[in-house]
Amino acid sequence: MKIKLISSVVAGAFAFSSSALFAAGELNIFNWGNYTPPDLIEKFEKEFDIKVTLTDYDSNDTALAKVAAGGHGFDIAVPSNSYVPIWIEKGLLLNTRVDLMPNAKNILPQFRDVSWDPGRQYSAPWQWGSTGVSVNTKFYKGDINTSTIFLDPPEELIGQINVVPEMMDVMSMAIWYHGGEVCSDDKAMLKKVNDTLVAAKPKWKSMSYGNMPKYAAEDLYAGVNWNGSSFRSRLETPTIAYGHPIEGYPLWQDAVVVLAEAKNVENAKIFQNFIMLPENAAMMSAFARYANGIAGSEQYMPADMLTAPEIVVPEELAAKGKFVETCPPEVTNIYTKIWTNLMK
Amino acid sequence: MFKNILFNRPFEIKRIPGFQSLALFTFACLYGPILILIVYSFNSSSSLGVFESFSFRWYVAAWENEKVQEAALRSIYLATIAATIATTAATMAALATTRTKKFRGITFIYVVINQPLMIPEIVTAVALLVFFAMIKIATGYQGMMYLIIAHTAFCIPFAYLPIRARLESMDLTLEMAGADLYATPWKTFTRITLPMIWPGIIAGFMLAFVISLDDVVISEFVKSAGQETLPTYMLGQLRRFITPETNAIATANIVVSVILVTGFFLLTQRKK
Amino acid sequence: MTTTFKIDSDDSAKKAANVVRKAQSKDIRKRWLLSLPALAIIFFAAAGPLLIVVIYSFLEPGDYTGVIWIFTTENWFNVVMERDIFDDNLVWADAHLSIFWRSIKLSLVTTVMTAIFGIPTAYFIATRSPKSRNIWLFLITIPFWTNLLVRTFAIQELIRNKGVINKFLQWVGLTNEPIEMLFTDFAVGFGMTYVYLPLMVLPVYASIEKLDFRLVEGAYDLYASRWQCFKKIIVPLVRPGLIAGSILVFIPCLGAYVTPRILGGGHQLMFGNLIALQFGQGKNWPLGAALSLTLMILVMIALIYFVKVTSSDEKKNV
Repeated sequence: MKIKLISSVVAGAFAFSSSALFAAGELNIFNWGNYTPPDLIEKFEKEFDIKVTLTDYDSNDTALAKVAAGGHGFDIAVPSNSYVPIWIEKGLLLNTRVDLMPNAKNILPQFRDVSWDPGRQYSAPWQWGSTGVSVNTKFYKGDINTSTIFLDPPEELIGQINVVPEMMDVMSMAIWYHGGEVCSDDKAMLKKVNDTLVAAKPKWKSMSYGNMPKYAAEDLYAGVNWNGSSFRSRLETPTIAYGHPIEGYPLWQDAVVVLAEAKNVENAKIFQNFIMLPENAAMMSAFARYANGIAGSEQYMPADMLTAPEIVVPEELAAKGKFVETCPPEVTNIYTKIWTNLMK
Repeated sequence: MFKNILFNRPFEIKRIPGFQSLALFTFACLYGPILILIVYSFNSSSSLGVFESFSFRWYVAAWENEKVQEAALRSIYLATIAATIATTAATMAALATTRTKKFRGITFIYVVINQPLMIPEIVTAVALLVFFAMIKIATGYQGMMYLIIAHTAFCIPFAYLPIRARLESMDLTLEMAGADLYATPWKTFTRITLPMIWPGIIAGFMLAFVISLDDVVISEFVKSAGQETLPTYMLGQLRRFITPETNAIATANIVVSVILVTGFFLLTQRKK
Repeated sequence: MTTTFKIDSDDSAKKAANVVRKAQSKDIRKRWLLSLPALAIIFFAAAGPLLIVVIYSFLEPGDYTGVIWIFTTENWFNVVMERDIFDDNLVWADAHLSIFWRSIKLSLVTTVMTAIFGIPTAYFIATRSPKSRNIWLFLITIPFWTNLLVRTFAIQELIRNKGVINKFLQWVGLTNEPIEMLFTDFAVGFGMTYVYLPLMVLPVYASIEKLDFRLVEGAYDLYASRWQCFKKIIVPLVRPGLIAGSILVFIPCLGAYVTPRILGGGHQLMFGNLIALQFGQGKNWPLGAALSLTLMILVMIALIYFVKVTSSDEKKNV
């Protein structure tokens, strides 16, 4: 009797540990937090009878560190464009020939062939947007289209600022603030950047990722933020405005890639194809409030997205947004050192 | 001094001035935040500042939340298995290390068994991350065994202590009587020793169960894709979205703790 | 006849001794075997991996993650010193040292605070009637068994800008603006005091419970003042419990990870967070390993110090 009990427990352990108990297939997605629409996942699960697990991360570096360490069990990840070449070079990705998938024809022309994924073979476009500053105008009435909001904060905002822990975004803004070039290793300029950041840090309240509830609760008055996140905050608290820093602000696009270690490759490919349908791309955008890279999705998106100031950039500021390129490893190392010093 | 003789004041050492009020204040402070948490879990509005009206809505939301269900089930499953194995191993180890002369190596055994208590959790978590990563790459196995073994390991010292305490306070004579009556060692064990230390074993199991259920740090670092436990799920939520749903889950957690503590108390307070 | 008799008795004595020894070693072997499962599990999932950490601390960091199998002592060096990024000078690793200092400082403060609140509480419980004593013990144990996350979360709700304390202060009219409490050193210290308080109360209570109050009464009868009673009799007898409680609070504080992460806002790093950072955004596993071991060494030092104090206490009191 005891032996039966023990063996059934052991068998149960192994059964539980081997995934997929109910559905025909499985898919393990690794994405940014609060970025994947639950209803999109539900639709996908129903349509293909695949059980989806969603694990989240709060920065590109965390994602890369976790995946590169191996043994993670994910099939899909969604890194930002500037990191995709690193993932490719490290052999972390599977070349799934996204360009040959049936829905690839829906990709907007300007995103069909991009410098970080020539020919669009590895990645399907998720959402794209900009990084700027969010300011609760209830507390500050000045000009918000500038990086001084977080690099040299005005009196009213000191101590109430959050900076998202995304290294390349923040570093780019700081470098452009000093008139430098991103990916340059000009030590003199970098020293100025380092000093500015270090001097600004005591004026910040936190360097964390999940900000929306804090802006709503007025625990934060301003900070570095992504346009969609700021948009969602504005929907809850109308006084929250988004600024595009005139010194320069980064544009980014997140890419859905299949990992080389993936156990559910076919399901992953189905997912890549699935999100390139206009209706599904629209679901993404409606949830996280970012633009997407798929043609024809506007008709399915909420109307306010077509006119929102977070999405439609004023003329004079539009030219200041640039897609961040991938920097060579030695330069990235210097940036990492500056960044980790800052985080401490 | 003369006052005392004159008026024969009773000795009031039990009343060190200020101690009682400080103590009661401490109790209030200890329970205050928890009670606030519980109260707000019944708040019908999602604002965490204002209490609108009484409602179960967040409990319903948490109950129906698939991720919460999965995480909760996984936590219970993990805790049960880890506590069972840990208690078994701990019982054996307790029997081995108590009621005996110090033999060579007993200190070693004692130190190793208590080692998880001495090392900060983050150190163990990081070490396991590194070690298991190597194994994961080598074998490709992704399942729950890593979590199970990790939890069992740090549960063992918690199960060990109550059992050991119970063994040490036990009377050897009953067992010797059994041996005198020609009972085999196994019979002596199952008929005499085991029933006598049974409360200690249950107490150890419950302690191990709670410790595993509550573990955050080690689980966070060892888990693979889709292996959220309830605490890691809550940690993720705390960093991002704070809805009273989290309050509801937290309250449920508290209720479970209270039930277990009550059980533990009833078991260990019973003197012979 | 006498000779053989002698040999006989010697022999049988030897045989008897042999039998006893064999039985003893058989017993010892049995005990080792019984301990084996526990030892094996802990070696595999707690003690063993530490060896790997030691090895990793001497390797070079790989790009982004992992290690390159090249021997270097650079990581240990980097724990306290570093090369300035811009002018290549050797400087003290300010960031690390300030985090070490913050961790030690906060842990000491927390230990003291838990003692200040814990000793009266323990004393109070120990001086209740035996019946109600159990209820009070029960009440102090519940928070102890409640999830650490839940308790930290409760504190966060309390001290946020729109949290209960600030709301109350504004309602009473004492303040107009919310007081910044969350995401400061204060928040972390406050949180840790709250979380670890039961760990101080329980050992001190155990000590006080064993106290024979008749000793104190006797001293009082002999004209000692109440304060003298306290200082000369109660405190020394309670000291072992106090020390045990201090260890139980100080050491987890030193290695705290969850509480500073939630209440510190991501930039009031303590030791535990610094270590975790190396395995994420810091991308430096070997440095993380070296820092880990440094923490362990600090903890060992604290333990040894406490043990020494306890045993010298015992020597004095005997």
